Amino acid sequence: MGSGRLYVAVAAGGFRRYATYRAATAAGVFTNTVFGLILVYTYLALWDEKPQLGGYDQAQAVTFVWLGQALLAALAIGGGGFEDELMERIRSGDVAVDLYRPADLQLWWLAADVGRALFQLLGRGVVPFVFGSLFFPVALPREVSVWAAFLVTLLLAMLVGFALRYLVALSAFWLLDGTGVTQMAWLAGLFCSGMLLPLNVFPGALGEVVRALPWSSLLQAPADVLLGEADPLGTYLFQASWAVALLALGRLVQSAATRRVVVQGG
Amino acid sequence: MAEATEATEAAEAAGAGVRRGRVVEGVRAYGLIAGMWIRSTMAYRTSFALTTFGNFAMTALDFVAILLMFSRVDALGGWSLPEVAFLYGLSAVSFGLADLAIGSMERLGRRVRDGTLDTLLVRPVPVLAQVAADRFGLRRLGRVVQGLLVLGYALAVVGVDWTAAKLLLLPVALLSGAGIFCAVFVAAAAFQFVAQDASEVSNAFTYGGTTMLQYPPAVFALDLVRGATFVVPLAFVNWLPASFVLERPYPLDLPGWVAFTPPLVAAACCALAGLAWRAGLRSYRSTGS
Repeated sequence: MGSGRLYVAVAAGGFRRYATYRAATAAGVFTNTVFGLILVYTYLALWDEKPQLGGYDQAQAVTFVWLGQALLAALAIGGGGFEDELMERIRSGDVAVDLYRPADLQLWWLAADVGRALFQLLGRGVVPFVFGSLFFPVALPREVSVWAAFLVTLLLAMLVGFALRYLVALSAFWLLDGTGVTQMAWLAGLFCSGMLLPLNVFPGALGEVVRALPWSSLLQAPADVLLGEADPLGTYLFQASWAVALLALGRLVQSAATRRVVVQGG
Repeated sequence: MAEATEATEAAEAAGAGVRRGRVVEGVRAYGLIAGMWIRSTMAYRTSFALTTFGNFAMTALDFVAILLMFSRVDALGGWSLPEVAFLYGLSAVSFGLADLAIGSMERLGRRVRDGTLDTLLVRPVPVLAQVAADRFGLRRLGRVVQGLLVLGYALAVVGVDWTAAKLLLLPVALLSGAGIFCAVFVAAAAFQFVAQDASEVSNAFTYGGTTMLQYPPAVFALDLVRGATFVVPLAFVNWLPASFVLERPYPLDLPGWVAFTPPLVAAACCALAGLAWRAGLRSYRSTGS
């Protein structure tokens, strides 16, 4: 029980840490709103050209844009989560101190990242989404149950997002300079999550492939539940499978890495 | 009287000389600092190659989005893929050049926050030159190369009746566009003296601006196009020159000759950005730590 309280405290700390920078948050809201505005017009033009593209109508496409802007920071799809900090601790060797703490490394960073994500969702996500809903035709569900299902998919998306970035961060044990890996992860995240373009718009087999990859849990899956295009239970199962698999892989890599640190540290 | 006039003239001449001297000095210092960073980058060649490729791939993603869109439709806002690629190429190369030259100015907010700007103030070199060349990143060539490739593709397939005026306008538009984006970078940096933590706002104008210019003006709401023409004159980077080259209707029904005004607009923007920079620098109060 004691350790449960510890991780809640770490999560609260992660939340408060990001909440401190109010001007930065306001700036982020502004920037996300501007990007949303630019993207929404390109999507409107695209759906003008081809109504029902990818099975979405125009209002659904618009909703997708604003949802993407709302989740970009929270799910750290374009970077900006905990991974840079953990990589730096691995590079400098500070991670040895973390490993000595009476807390699990993976759970510790997971708690901190969930705290951050919750703040980014509330602080940076809500305003652009509300702005978009007020000034553009959007397709939002009326049923509370759909919103509840959507929130569950968001939590699962946070887990998958963390698990992916944890693997990226652990690569620093072997590479020391993780810039290249971070960039590749960023590219994969933007391309395969739906942030670049909804995955249902991707042509043919490419669309099938990207929808099966873990990144589609981040934006495409919650969006499809919110827009009523996907069955919530199937979506939970898809996201949870990826979360479990990737978190377990993170554990494996972590134990391999820590054995290596013991060998190295002297 | 004659003596007084002579003295004034001499003083004015000296003043102009000093001013010109400072510009030359600034450019020289910029070259030296940038050169130092290039040498330091080249100490880690593999890392340079990887980050340049990363830079290339990252910006290419925008164009991949456009290609994906055109895999499902034949036109966007009435513009075909080669035409949109032409817009994209002009915007990406202009922005890439500005980003390569002075993109590091984004980091000014951090220097203001932690007080390290003070070090730059006591050096006998123009601060603007130092900040612009700070951490000069040659890897940003990746963005320029990516833009040039798309522009090359566009020029190969777009089918234009080339005239002397159109050919001349191309390099003029690229350089003026780079000038306009440089002005945006400098103005954004000046804003960071005031904003500090809020430095992300500038991304909306720099990265947001170049993203917007990748799409035809017909796609956007009129107010957005007006803002991008008269408030932050990004339309002069590529929308107007491209309308001339591709013989398309001008956004906002502007007269045809405006396609040739980008150099003037760039000069005016740079002058205004310079004023903003001075005001920002004057308002700087060190953290004192």
